[in-house]
Amino acid sequence: MNLVEKIFAKHAGKKSVVPGEIIMAECDVIMGNDLSTSLSIDIFRENGFKKVLYPDKLAIVMSHFVPAKDIMTAKLCQKVRDWVKQHKIKNYIEAGKGGIEHVVLPDEGFIKPCDLIVGGDSHSVTYGAFGAAGIGIGSTDLVFAWVTGKLWFKVPPVIKIIYKGKKARWVYAKDMILLALRELTSSGALYKGIEFDGEAVAGLDIAGRTTLANMTAELGAKCGIIKADQKTIDHLNKTRLKGTKFDMSSADSDAKYEKIVEFDLTKIEPQIAQPYSPDNVCDVSDLKRVKVNQVYIGSCTNGRVEDLRIAAQLLKGKKVHSDVRMIVTPASQNAYLSAINEGLVQIFIEAGAAVSTPTCGACLGGFMGIVGPKEVCVSTTNRNYPGRMGDREALVYLANPAVAAASAITGRITHPEEINVPVTV
Amino acid sequence: MSKTIKGKIWKFKDNINTDVIIPGRYCHLTDLNELAKHCMEDDDPDFAKKVSSGDILLAGDNFGCGSSRELAPITLKAAGLSCVIAKSFARIFYRNSINIGFPIVECTQAYDDASVGDTFEIDFKSGTVTNTTKKKNYKIVPFPDFIEQIVKSGGLLKCKDLLSQ
Repeated sequence: MNLVEKIFAKHAGKKSVVPGEIIMAECDVIMGNDLSTSLSIDIFRENGFKKVLYPDKLAIVMSHFVPAKDIMTAKLCQKVRDWVKQHKIKNYIEAGKGGIEHVVLPDEGFIKPCDLIVGGDSHSVTYGAFGAAGIGIGSTDLVFAWVTGKLWFKVPPVIKIIYKGKKARWVYAKDMILLALRELTSSGALYKGIEFDGEAVAGLDIAGRTTLANMTAELGAKCGIIKADQKTIDHLNKTRLKGTKFDMSSADSDAKYEKIVEFDLTKIEPQIAQPYSPDNVCDVSDLKRVKVNQVYIGSCTNGRVEDLRIAAQLLKGKKVHSDVRMIVTPASQNAYLSAINEGLVQIFIEAGAAVSTPTCGACLGGFMGIVGPKEVCVSTTNRNYPGRMGDREALVYLANPAVAAASAITGRITHPEEINVPVTV
Repeated sequence: MSKTIKGKIWKFKDNINTDVIIPGRYCHLTDLNELAKHCMEDDDPDFAKKVSSGDILLAGDNFGCGSSRELAPITLKAAGLSCVIAKSFARIFYRNSINIGFPIVECTQAYDDASVGDTFEIDFKSGTVTNTTKKKNYKIVPFPDFIEQIVKSGGLLKCKDLLSQ
């Protein structure tokens, strides 16, 4: 079996499963954010349910509209808080105590290799960075999991994506996943699982792995998994999971894949997704004449402290261009605090960037960085559909944090090599 | 789900995402009439005014990709659409629609010949889609038995067998 099949078999209590098979699987973690949970609460009540079967399996993270942007969202959050208290949900993570769920949960020890995690958010695939199957679901599915602890799945065929070769300077995990989108398109992994492999994947740090797994959602994938290794264990040992014996299963040597796709990273330069789709990808040097109005660094895709370090490296001692507003939104309180302690926030502020509290906010067109008609935003987020970050005519380009920072300095879409940054060893 | 649906079609391209179906800026809304006003707004700002109750949305591949928001099928239903026919659906949108009992039909052939305003008839019993304007018949890709069971129950949470499994 491949790793996806192994995880599904384990949670369905079966020796083996095959693609196409429909199974009922036990969920290890049932995640919801303010937005998906609010709708689930309505559905839970409308259907007359009274009790969550395993309250301790729930993790509810306030991320999308916090701190509340207006009275409507304040009421939405109130509803979630009241329900959480009523049902004694202990894993409730409030604004100021967490951040974006896909960064917070793995950093707080909620995610283990070979776990099955369902989440009321499409980017729940991010948990694949830790060898888990993270699967995005809607609010009715979320309620089903609340009341039964389980959910049905069709075991997907799996695509194996292998990355080889050493990346050039300024090429990151974001470029690896944009490259996959460029080649496979937005429906390239529809109804399918993805397993990542190859030396370039093993070489990624945890932050890079989360970026890679995160945007498998944009490929249409059910889950996108990187098998756990020593780096995964080291990360999880920094959390409440310290000392846990993890399930380190990996794919069998004769595992079946629907197809195997290989990418050589040796000659790749930073990639960028043009409006209006994450698969509308080209090389960053093809776009040098595009003027920029806003730069946004943040989100579950690229809002970890590692991403902020990359941006700060370019911005140190420089200024954000007079025609540009730059917004930096760390993805979690931990990332924010590290950015303060390491002097990154000072670099951003001295460069003229706005630094905000963690929130999904602008990425989904909520608040804290909405883009106006025909304005260009270079963003480290994951989607650039019409209206995603604001007006339907706003033009959002998706890139890595180095490209975003370089573009903030010059005021146009820029390859980071144009900025004079000394090589550090 | 009723056995037949008849209505006028609206045509949309491939990869229509949930941000277009109902933009994130409205996702805190709970009033169905308010949600309906913004249906498909970022693709066609006047869509909500033009659409009539019972109309059918016809789309290409990967309809409903992107966010997991269940408000996407909820909003289409609230806007009066009776069904979405697409060449293929994104997986979360597919589940969400089945789960809330909103009719969706996978049909790969109906798209190319159809023009906006054509009348379509969907016969779930025989598994056919008919473009009555153009007098053409197409086969529906049938639901797997398991999903058919959820559809027949009227939604996931009405499916007693599954809840007690």
